[in-house]
Amino acid sequence: MKFTLSWLKTHLDTAASLDDIAYALTDLGLEVEGITDPAAKLKNFTLAKVLHAEQHPDADRLRVCRVQTDEGEKQIVCGAPNAREGITVVLCKPGDYVPGIDTTLGVGKIRGIESHGMMASERELELSDEHNGIIELPSGEVGERFVDWLAANRPGAVDPMIHIKITPNRPDALGVRGIARDLAARGLGTLKPLVVEPVIGNFPNPITVRTETEGCPLFAGRVIRGVKNGPSPAWLQQRLMAIGLRPISVLVDITNFFTFDLNRPLHVFDAGKVKGDLVVRSAQDGETLQALDGKTYTLRPGMVVIADDTGVESLGGIMGGEVSGCDEATTDVYLEAAYFDPITTATTGRALKINSDARYRFERGIDPAFTLEGMELATRMILDLCGGEASEVQVAGAVPDTARAYRLDTDRVVSLVGMEIAAEEQRATLEALGFRLEGDMAHVPSWRPDVLGEADLVEEIARVASLTKLQGKPLPRTAAGVPLPILTPLQQREKMARRTLASIGYNECVTYSFINAGDAALFGGGADAVRVENPISSEMTHLRPDLLPGLLRAAARNQARGFADMALFEVGPAFTGGEPGEQVLQATGLLIGASAVRDTFGSRRPVDLFDAKADAEAILAALGAPAKVQISRKAAGWWHPGRSGVIGLGPNALATFGEVHPRILHALDVKGPAVAFTINIAKIPYPKVKTPTRPALVLSDLQAVDRDFAFVVDAQVEALTLVNAAAGADKALIESVRVFDQFATDAQKAEGKKSLALTVRLQPTDKTLTDKDIEAASAKIIEKVAKATGATLRA
Amino acid sequence: MDGIDTLRDTYLNRIKDAGDEAAVEELRLAALGKKGEISLKMRELGKMTPEERQTTGAALNRLKDELDAALRARKASLADAALEQRLAAEWLDVTLPGRPRRFGTIHPVSQVMDELTAIFADMGFSVAEGPQVESDWYNFDALNIPPEHPARQEHDTFFMHRAEGDDRPPHVLRTHTSPVQIRAMTQQGAPIRVIAPGRVYRMDMDQTHTPMFHQVEGLAIDKNISMANLKWVLEEFCRAFFEVPSVELRFRASHFPFTEPSAEVDIRCSWANGQLKIGEGDDWMEILGSGMVHPKVLKAAGVDPDQWQGFAFGMGIDRLAMLKYGIPDLRAFFESDLRWLRHYGFASLDMPDLASGLSR
Repeated sequence: MKFTLSWLKTHLDTAASLDDIAYALTDLGLEVEGITDPAAKLKNFTLAKVLHAEQHPDADRLRVCRVQTDEGEKQIVCGAPNAREGITVVLCKPGDYVPGIDTTLGVGKIRGIESHGMMASERELELSDEHNGIIELPSGEVGERFVDWLAANRPGAVDPMIHIKITPNRPDALGVRGIARDLAARGLGTLKPLVVEPVIGNFPNPITVRTETEGCPLFAGRVIRGVKNGPSPAWLQQRLMAIGLRPISVLVDITNFFTFDLNRPLHVFDAGKVKGDLVVRSAQDGETLQALDGKTYTLRPGMVVIADDTGVESLGGIMGGEVSGCDEATTDVYLEAAYFDPITTATTGRALKINSDARYRFERGIDPAFTLEGMELATRMILDLCGGEASEVQVAGAVPDTARAYRLDTDRVVSLVGMEIAAEEQRATLEALGFRLEGDMAHVPSWRPDVLGEADLVEEIARVASLTKLQGKPLPRTAAGVPLPILTPLQQREKMARRTLASIGYNECVTYSFINAGDAALFGGGADAVRVENPISSEMTHLRPDLLPGLLRAAARNQARGFADMALFEVGPAFTGGEPGEQVLQATGLLIGASAVRDTFGSRRPVDLFDAKADAEAILAALGAPAKVQISRKAAGWWHPGRSGVIGLGPNALATFGEVHPRILHALDVKGPAVAFTINIAKIPYPKVKTPTRPALVLSDLQAVDRDFAFVVDAQVEALTLVNAAAGADKALIESVRVFDQFATDAQKAEGKKSLALTVRLQPTDKTLTDKDIEAASAKIIEKVAKATGATLRA
Repeated sequence: MDGIDTLRDTYLNRIKDAGDEAAVEELRLAALGKKGEISLKMRELGKMTPEERQTTGAALNRLKDELDAALRARKASLADAALEQRLAAEWLDVTLPGRPRRFGTIHPVSQVMDELTAIFADMGFSVAEGPQVESDWYNFDALNIPPEHPARQEHDTFFMHRAEGDDRPPHVLRTHTSPVQIRAMTQQGAPIRVIAPGRVYRMDMDQTHTPMFHQVEGLAIDKNISMANLKWVLEEFCRAFFEVPSVELRFRASHFPFTEPSAEVDIRCSWANGQLKIGEGDDWMEILGSGMVHPKVLKAAGVDPDQWQGFAFGMGIDRLAMLKYGIPDLRAFFESDLRWLRHYGFASLDMPDLASGLSR
């Protein structure tokens, strides 16, 4: 919403400065977005008088002038044809910035003659496009500031333009008068009375109107005949231009003026072009309107139109039609003032994608009670500026009843705001804003559709009292003492997963929750249920089914930047469906390239699935997963079928690790191989009893014994099978079993065999082991392993 | 007795000249071994007179001790010399780089979320969560944004696809964290103090906007919580978060459908040479929106507005990170450029807590 200071002052009697007004507006909730003060760029210029002008000796078109200035007589070379003795001019001195030519002046020498400044044209000062000569002022003294002269003689030229942001709840502030009312309530002046004297109609209204839709509860119209349409008077043109509107003709300009001045959109039809009577009705399917913006719109039922015998003439509350629009030839005008339903207006405007000043106001809700008064005021202005005579007013429908009142609880106001505001001040504020108080009941003015409860009264009082003045008051703790921990177990885990991943060398990424359809499909997603109906780009159409595609894309981007080795991770939601809550928390890590930079120790080697497995296990351990888990090969299709595993607890898949399928890497432009893991954080069981107490540490004084076993097994036998078999040989005695070597000789390879070496630690608890005991245990281990896997001891 | 002196001189010289530990051992055996010269001399004592035995015996014992000490000293010094020699040979180029190690980092968004949590936990706020695909009821209606409200249009909402025949209004990607207010109050009732950090989505992508970003919601409901309490909480938060001695906030009346009264909150700051300083200067920067929870919102969440009142606020986490840590570009947050992650990321053990301060 834009307006100028002088416009504001037509409604507000105030001596407040521009700064004070701007501060109050922002504080009141009418946030000042910008102030354009045309005086700012003119403030250095002063008036001067040409004492003498003579032809430049070396240039036909130049004159050398002696000019009387506030700093004495100066010589100025000037090219303007009207530079002559005796005129009062606007002087720009050396050092001044001249906006219209974007130049800071210096002392110049023009064709050999020094020039101390310049005398400006209107265009050079950005006052108008006039550039036929320098400005000649009809009055003014030498040395007078040009801005002061303008303020006295051409106030519009130095009228500051204020641009404020209007929140959607304040349609009343979409008119200058509403803004003035707020400022008056704040105490920045008094609201000038608005006198409405109805114009008595001289003749019956020749165009009758009827309303057939709830979308327009009230429609008033009258004909004014014998008008003369043409350019608006200068003051009106200037007002509109100052806020960026183009003057069209006086009739149209008047409607625009009312829109911004009193928040009362109007419409004028050329009465000569209206065929028959008007009806306000719902559009018929497929009806069209060629609107004033030059476009043709196809309408649908439910949209409110004003139609005559030939069809739709106007889209109610949004835009008029071209056919019945007013132009220079208009002599009889039909003036419409109506109230259109906000929701209907919004729906229609959105469907047709028309943004107009009228729609903007009607959909937020304007003052229905002001409809007829607005019509009378507009009639008077048309008569004043265009002549003619007015018919009687015809009203179809009735002013919607907006009467309502809410209880003002002044104590509750103080309790909610936390600021001492005297009851009397509260009441005075509401009254200044147009509320009518009856006892404790505050009756809401018709221009405030946003006030719908007691809480809204609180807001009005608080903002007028000034929230800037609000002083903070401590919020007491709910309970005395040391605060309790507040994270849920899952939140703690999420944080632990993140911190552990970073501690083992991964860089955390945050990637978008939506990915492209192709990527989603590769990872088991891409269904319609997780499709965004209105994606912002074709790369962001589906909610991600997994975190891995986002990380792989990130890896590809980094590879393109020349980074070959990386460890990336993300902790965040993956989406299993399109219903609220169909999301799971994943922690995913991705390793690509080599384990280390090249160094003198030969540390560098390609990362492999056992890196991913070790890291997955480290995270699981940090999150409290049990040490004893199952490993299956049932990983999803985006993993390498031979080089991936699922760490599970019964039916619960806690994590997947492995190499990413080469086909996936190819599709996502990643130079592989790449290994990764995904942890399903929420699937990890929580301890049944939460206690900080640790189980007792059981230590034996008896010597433990390590025994190594070298088995030969079929190449596809899994090591864990051997380990579990060995461990099961004597659960009391065997403390641990660990694989420490794997290899295959050429001969073994030829036979499809491999060697696996286990080390077993025997920990006695009651007596030291004898050689015999050890032999017995070893034999049992060999037997169990052989039975489970067909292994033989290596010769 | 001459023999003893000669013996001493001879052995001491030979010990001094011994070139290695083996030579020292040889000398020890030659002098002090069972068949060594001194042992042999000891055996001769029996043939002596008691007087001679006494003097010679004492002298031999002294000699034995003296040679033993000399042998040990020589052995130690030879060992030292050998060690010195070995160490001299064990020279390594210590300017070579150490063994490589990867350093991981925490994303600034996660770090700031942990900072927020630390601060608000101290003020008794717990952390609430909600789904990112939301029904339009939670995202809008329950927050007093009815379907035709202009504010709904301003949200640039992403809608989820609706299968044909499913007549429910389409779900949305939550446009703010405010729906978590409703979910938290519905689950926990009042009194309640929660913050709700998380991802939010708006259809906006340009220099300063990304279609996904992060917000944190705050909500405190009790019997007599006022807007003045809100201001204090935000002041405390900003002071602690920006780690400055004091901050000044300015409340400006504004409008949010879910709060009444509503205020935009500005923080006093200065921008000198492109460097933001919080808590000083003549500029004001808008940092968040807030207000007293609208009675209709309380009602929608099953909380009686005649008994309970309180505040809510919402702010951008990414923006807080940008302001605090001087990160210039929002879009880079989601690009996963390793250079960016390493430069703006945080060490795993930079765990924000109030005792040690939030940042290093």
